[in-house]
Parts: sequence; structure tokens; C-alpha cells
Amino acid sequence: MWSFHRWFERHSLILLIGILVVVSIGGLVQITPLFFIESTIERVEGVRPYTPLELAGRQIYIREGCYTCHSQMIRPLRDEVERYGHYSLAAESMYDHPFQWGSKRTGPDLARVGGRYSDEWHRAHLDDPRSMVPGSIMPPYRFLARAELDASRMQDHLRVNRILRVPYTDVQQANAVIDARAQAEPNGDAAYDFEQRYPGAVVRDFDGDPARVTEMDALIAYLQMLGAGVDFSTYQAEAPENQR
Amino acid sequence: MANSERDEATGMQTTGHEWDGLRELDTPLPRWWLIVFYTSIVAAVIYWVLMPAWPLMNGYTRGVLNWSDRRNVAAEVQALQSARAPMFARLAEASAEGIAADPELQQFAIAAGQSAFGDNCATCHGAGGGGAPGFPVLADNVWIWGGTLADIEQTIRVGVRSSHPEARFSQMPAFGRDGLLSPRQIGDTTEYVISISMARARLTPDRAAAARGGVIYQEQCASCHGGEGAGDRLIGAPSLNDDLWLYGGSRAEIRRQVEQGRGGVMPSWEARFDAGTLRSLAYYVHEMGGGEPDAAPAPLTPPQ
Repeated sequence: MWSFHRWFERHSLILLIGILVVVSIGGLVQITPLFFIESTIERVEGVRPYTPLELAGRQIYIREGCYTCHSQMIRPLRDEVERYGHYSLAAESMYDHPFQWGSKRTGPDLARVGGRYSDEWHRAHLDDPRSMVPGSIMPPYRFLARAELDASRMQDHLRVNRILRVPYTDVQQANAVIDARAQAEPNGDAAYDFEQRYPGAVVRDFDGDPARVTEMDALIAYLQMLGAGVDFSTYQAEAPENQR
Repeated sequence: MANSERDEATGMQTTGHEWDGLRELDTPLPRWWLIVFYTSIVAAVIYWVLMPAWPLMNGYTRGVLNWSDRRNVAAEVQALQSARAPMFARLAEASAEGIAADPELQQFAIAAGQSAFGDNCATCHGAGGGGAPGFPVLADNVWIWGGTLADIEQTIRVGVRSSHPEARFSQMPAFGRDGLLSPRQIGDTTEYVISISMARARLTPDRAAAARGGVIYQEQCASCHGGEGAGDRLIGAPSLNDDLWLYGGSRAEIRRQVEQGRGGVMPSWEARFDAGTLRSLAYYVHEMGGGEPDAAPAPLTPPQ
């Protein structure tokens, strides 16, 4: 026994390999099945990939560090469900790379903020949070309304997401730049084609400035679809396949 | 342990390892540490047996307790609903006057309404229903879509210009932006609107302009806002006779509204609240200051 031990202790490379083997066993046993189990991600109707404009809004959300104060996960606890709505489902983050769950709430959870307030409210609130919520300590983001949205890299963003298994089609990827603008221009020529490519997405002038597509458009488009996809009046939380 | 030997200074065994003449004491781990260590292992095994633990190829070990967070939260929410159910049932039957006549019911409706209001409505309408430019004040007695309990409940349920199929909907034309009236005509109309409102006391309308604006008003505005400017709640046309302005009451702000015809969006809350919470909320708003007497209460909407 000791001679075997000594052999390990006196050959650092062998010791290193030994450590890796032992640690890997723990990891493999826990993680590997998750890649194969069907039940890891339940398929839920209504969850769809982000449109290019929403994806751009998500990038802005991450860029501005919104996640440092806002979580996007309603825990399955009574008081959370009472306040924010139905608890979050894993499927609702299936197209998030990376997810924005978070565990710190300086501001409220945003997992179901979509549709909860009007675009106008979001504009006023992002412009000056304290004009809407007097006690808020959120900083203003009024520059978003002035910043023209740079959608020139949207094709690349969709391509990377496809590598990560988000099911965008070739047509969606090819039209990503056009679609990013089309969603914020309800009277534009591309609005119809956009709606064909992204059924269920809303075409609207989110920032109240019909002349331009701004970062405000993108961020509000993103916020307005958060958690709004799944119809919980038909979702069967009690069904065995959903009891996890 | 061939090379193990006793250390003279401490009386301990050495491990027998030796590197460049350095030897190592084989001091045992503290007893408390070992107890914690072995207890943890035992606890882990017990946990695996009782609780969901190990992923398998087609599922996972469910554990003897068959624990499920989803089932637990569903049961807790259900328990909460059952606790509220008797009061909600009484609310369903009661009119605004009926609720006011029953202190226990009133207290309940106010508490439930206040809680829902604070989490959901105060964000736009202000903590006390004080409103903000573009977001109506709820604490006064001026209502765009009606101030009876049934009216308020309907507005909360379907929203205004929301995606709900029965949403309350009105659309004021953008007389300036869409070129329906010239800037001069809009100026005249603004003077007329001021002259028929209580704002005439503080803004002093230009009489000649107001007279010209009156003609335009009768052609363009009276069909919704009424010949005298009393408004029409059935179509969501606000009264112009008071001095309360959704988008601000200065001359410039009134003019801007004639130019742009803005209208906000209130979401539909039907899918977020159960029928009892909806009625409590409506009653809470009704009691903020300007609720109007309710002739016949609407039947409570059945839960979806």
C-alpha cells in the first residue's frame, strides 16, 4: 500500500493525472446524464428564439449590466409566485446564452416583466426612473433613446447562437440586419416579411420615435417579451412530465 | 510503514516519509473534524435515499419522500386561495355599497387590493394613485372610462389599448402631426378648449381665437368630447370641462395633445389576477377617493 502511495507522491505528473481522474468521476457522474436525459429541458409551447431586435436588446441589457441588480428567475416559492407570477421554467431560458437568472435583487425580478407595463412607461422609466418610481435608485438610461441601434453584426450574433443550437434558419440569419429594423417599423416595407419569419413576435414602434430605430427600441422589445411567451392558462404544471 | 518511527520531542509517530532529511509527524486529525466528516457522508447517503438526488439515463432518483418544489408551491398557493375563498365569494356578491356596509369584508378587500396595487399598479399610477403625466390619477373623481366599481373592474380586466380582444380603445387623431389642422387652427382650438374648461381661470383664453376655435371644435372634436366638452366615458373621451389634464395643463401641453393625440397603453390584467383579486383591486381603486356609486354589480368573471 505504501509503495503504491509513494509511487504517486513521488511522480508529480502521475499524481496530477490521478487527481484529474478522481475529480472527473465526480463531475461525469453528475453532469453527463444531463446531456442525454430528455427531461432536462421540457418542451413548453410558446417559447421561441429571440428576434434580432430582441437579441440586440438583450446585448444592451448585458452591456449595461442590468443583471447586476435584476434577476430573471421566479423561484417556486409562494410569495414569489404571488408577487411576480408563475415561477420560471427551465424552457423559458433555453435560448439564453448565457442565461440571466441571477441571485441578487436590488431591483425587482424581470422574468415576467413582458406586457406588464406599457412601452410608454418603459420609456419614461428608463429616461428617468424616479419620475415613475419615486424611491428608485436605478440610474437613468436616457442615452438609449438617442443612440441609433447598431445592427450591423446581427448576422454574426445569429450565427453564434446557431452554433449553440438555437434553431434559427438560414433565411432568418441572412435577413437578421433587415429584421432588426423591421420589428421597430410597423409601417416599413419589411414588417410583413418579418412577421412571416418570426410568428408570434410583435412589430411596434417601441421607443415612440418612428423616424429611428434606437437602442431604446431594442431594449424595450426585449423587456416586453420576457416571460410573456408561455400561456399559463393552458400550461399543466401538475402533469407528470412537468413535475420536476 | 517500514520507515515509521517515534519522534522523541513529541512522542508522536512519524509518517515515515523523508525528503532531504525532513520527516513529518503523523498527527491524527482532530476528533471533532472527523466526526463532522463522517456525519456528512452519512447525511449525504440519507439525503440520497429521501430526496431527489441522482440523474439516471432516463430520469432521476425520486427519493422516498417524493419531494417536488412545484407540487409544494402549488399546494401552498392553493392553501392561500382556499383561505381567501370565503371572502372572495362574499365579494363576488357585493356591490360597492355592500362592501362598505360590511366592515370585515371592506377591510379584507382594501388589504387584498392594496397589496396587489402596490406590486402591480403603483409602478405607473403612483403609490397613492397620484398618477404621472400620461398615467391617469386614480385618487380623484375624474374617470376616462367610468368610475363605478364595475367600470373600474372592467378597465383593470381588459386594459386600455392592450392586446386583449375586448380592450377599451379610443384613438384621438394627431391633428398637428398628421396635418389635419394647421398650426393656427390648432392654436385657436387650444384657446377654445381652455375657454370651456376650468383652466380658463388661470390661463385666460384669447376670446377672438377661442371664437374661431369653437367652430373647429364643433367640426373636429365634438363628436367624441361632446358639444359642451363633457366627454363620453363610453368611448373613453375625457371631459374637457374640468382642470385635470392627463398630459399636463399648461397652454403648451394642451396644444401638444391636440397636435399629437397621444394615448397610453394599460395592460390587461385578466391573466395575472384571479377574479377575487380583480374585484378587491377595483374596490381599492374605487375607494381611493373618487369611486362612484354602483347601481347593479356586475357578476364576477369566472376564473380562467
